[in-house]
Amino acid sequence: MNLNFEFFFNNLPELTITGLAFGAIYALIALGYTMVYGVLQLINFAHSEVFMYGTFAMLWTIMALGAADANGVHLVAILIAALFAAMAMSAVIALGLERIAYRPLIKRNAPRLIALISAIGASFVLAELMGLRDKISGWFGLDDDLSDYVQKAKINNSMAGVLEKPRFEIAGVSISSIDVIVIVSAVAMMVLLDQFVRRSRLGKGIRATAQDPETASLMGVNPTRTIQMTFLIGGLMAGVAAFLYMLKLDATNYQVGFLLGVKAFTAAVLGGIGNLRGALLGGLVLGVAENWGQAILGSEWRDVIAFVLLVLILLVRPTGLLGESLGKARA
Amino acid sequence: MKKLSALPKPAKILIWFLIALFAYALPLLELPILSTPDSDFASVLFTVSIYCLVALGLNIVVGYAGLLDLGYVGFYAIGAYTVAILTSFHGSWPLLLAIPVAVVVAMISGVILGAPTLRVRGDYLAIVTLGFGEIIRLVAVNTEWLGGNKGINNIGRPPNLGDEKTGLFEVPHLFWGDGTVLLDNKDTTKFLIFGYSDAVPYYWMGLTAVVLVLLADILIKNSRVGRAWEATREDEDAAELMGVPTFKFKLLAFSTGAFVGGLAGALFASRQSFINPQSFLLLFSILYLAAVVVGGQGNRWGVLLGAFLVAYLPERFRGFEDFRVLAFGLALVLLATLRPEGLLPPRRTVRAKQLEHELDELEEGAEPDHDGEETARA
Repeated sequence: MNLNFEFFFNNLPELTITGLAFGAIYALIALGYTMVYGVLQLINFAHSEVFMYGTFAMLWTIMALGAADANGVHLVAILIAALFAAMAMSAVIALGLERIAYRPLIKRNAPRLIALISAIGASFVLAELMGLRDKISGWFGLDDDLSDYVQKAKINNSMAGVLEKPRFEIAGVSISSIDVIVIVSAVAMMVLLDQFVRRSRLGKGIRATAQDPETASLMGVNPTRTIQMTFLIGGLMAGVAAFLYMLKLDATNYQVGFLLGVKAFTAAVLGGIGNLRGALLGGLVLGVAENWGQAILGSEWRDVIAFVLLVLILLVRPTGLLGESLGKARA
Repeated sequence: MKKLSALPKPAKILIWFLIALFAYALPLLELPILSTPDSDFASVLFTVSIYCLVALGLNIVVGYAGLLDLGYVGFYAIGAYTVAILTSFHGSWPLLLAIPVAVVVAMISGVILGAPTLRVRGDYLAIVTLGFGEIIRLVAVNTEWLGGNKGINNIGRPPNLGDEKTGLFEVPHLFWGDGTVLLDNKDTTKFLIFGYSDAVPYYWMGLTAVVLVLLADILIKNSRVGRAWEATREDEDAAELMGVPTFKFKLLAFSTGAFVGGLAGALFASRQSFINPQSFLLLFSILYLAAVVVGGQGNRWGVLLGAFLVAYLPERFRGFEDFRVLAFGLALVLLATLRPEGLLPPRRTVRAKQLEHELDELEEGAEPDHDGEETARA
């Protein structure tokens, strides 16, 4: 292992910005974990698949609407449509998960570990359904019809080259416009969500349920509805993350969720699980640390860095960087 | 179960002996429904025995001490890699000497990981252990000294008993014809030759390890240590107040689990004779946890059943190749929904549930239809 400090210091600004872009995506996915954990004290293991379905929805929309030949206003319209498609897809999957894999267990007051197993099962099912989509659509004789508009997407799950990604320079630092879009929109979404949870009626309900579900339900907060809302918000954010992820990396596959999910959950734990601002901080810290470490140690150590960082931080601060739960967040 | 425990002791011993005999003879019987048509039955049984070992070990950590460990495959990997390095890659130790070393190394790594992390509670522990499992694998991928991505081959085999060609004696398998059962003298297992093709001796080795661990498990569970673990699991603060040094016992559970995991990994490596980081994916940690939880965490028989199902079902239905993971996922969701306590929950859990239910009835009054009659009569 040879350390490459020269490269690191020469490219520090670029590395930081790319790291922040990845971190912003982690943070958006981490929201889903952190909110569900805050309300149900349950690791929503299948959240990574919610994200994965979002990436496919984005890809299919881009392909179906022909973004390759579009430009200007038309292209922007297509991108907005893709964003909504990704959000809708992820939200539907998240709500379905809640209905099928969690609600029966919550109703029976099952042990928490069994909910994790159910989530793992649901995660396998969702990933495999996507992986086997051609076979399954083949049973219904849909193969040819579907292939008309997802043909290109089917071949390599990629939309590389569809979008131009101009770079610009500020003070001698070359910055990808996509990175800027990713960071700005992710942070904007997080701020919006933070304000929503802090100020709106629904947000108050979510926080109340996180703090004390029984008392909250006595005060007129419908627990089932609140849990649904939590999953819905997590799904919408995963959809945004999926959109930004596809803008940045162009390609997806049915197993893409797993590692990203683990990283995002790491980010959530890093910042203090159950804490919205912690998710943002944890995501950004993780993204930057990964990118820096990768520059110094080489890309094959990227994932090791993420986990070593996690272990180290938890040893020093056992409840994460910010360590406040959703319920205790100040109003 | 009640009838079984009411039997006189000799009868009980006989029954257990018969069960053990059946388990040892299983690969020779080649029972038509149970056997796997698409892959070697003895190999599948060996895998099952390794899963059973792992599940017993993980059950100590998750089931008895209540520590959620998502990186158990890390200890398994440490056991496997230690054996691989000592017998093939950086040495030529005999396997029987390498296995104890591997087990001790796994145990020490359990202490090293546990000492700082066990102060972290609940789900944080889960994610730290998950990180640990991944770190072990990625370090193996990236380190040339550990064989890198290519892995290590020619791992040592257990020593043979008797002559290479025939062993001490040969055991024929059964052959199931149309309604008749014959001894198949062409298809025999040599006692005890650990060769390349015949997995039966390895299965016997794995099964013996399972039996030994099972006996140790029974002894530990009924001792002060076992009670301390359960107390820690139920309420850590209360246990601490009652004078149980919870941290020490958690560490003990963790390293005992690592011990068994390392043993399983070492046996696995010697059977495969080849390992690479692909054998130690995070997915396996999850499968092991699934085996423990599906079977009924805290109950050793439930855990064995869970391990059997998780290892055996995908092999039995190999014909459905593409859809096995999908079906496995569906089965997990269904099981979780239908039997949240696992297939065979520990007796204590069942009793606690009943008590809770009775208390609820006492507090709130039972459902009117039969409670009404009772009060009317009173």
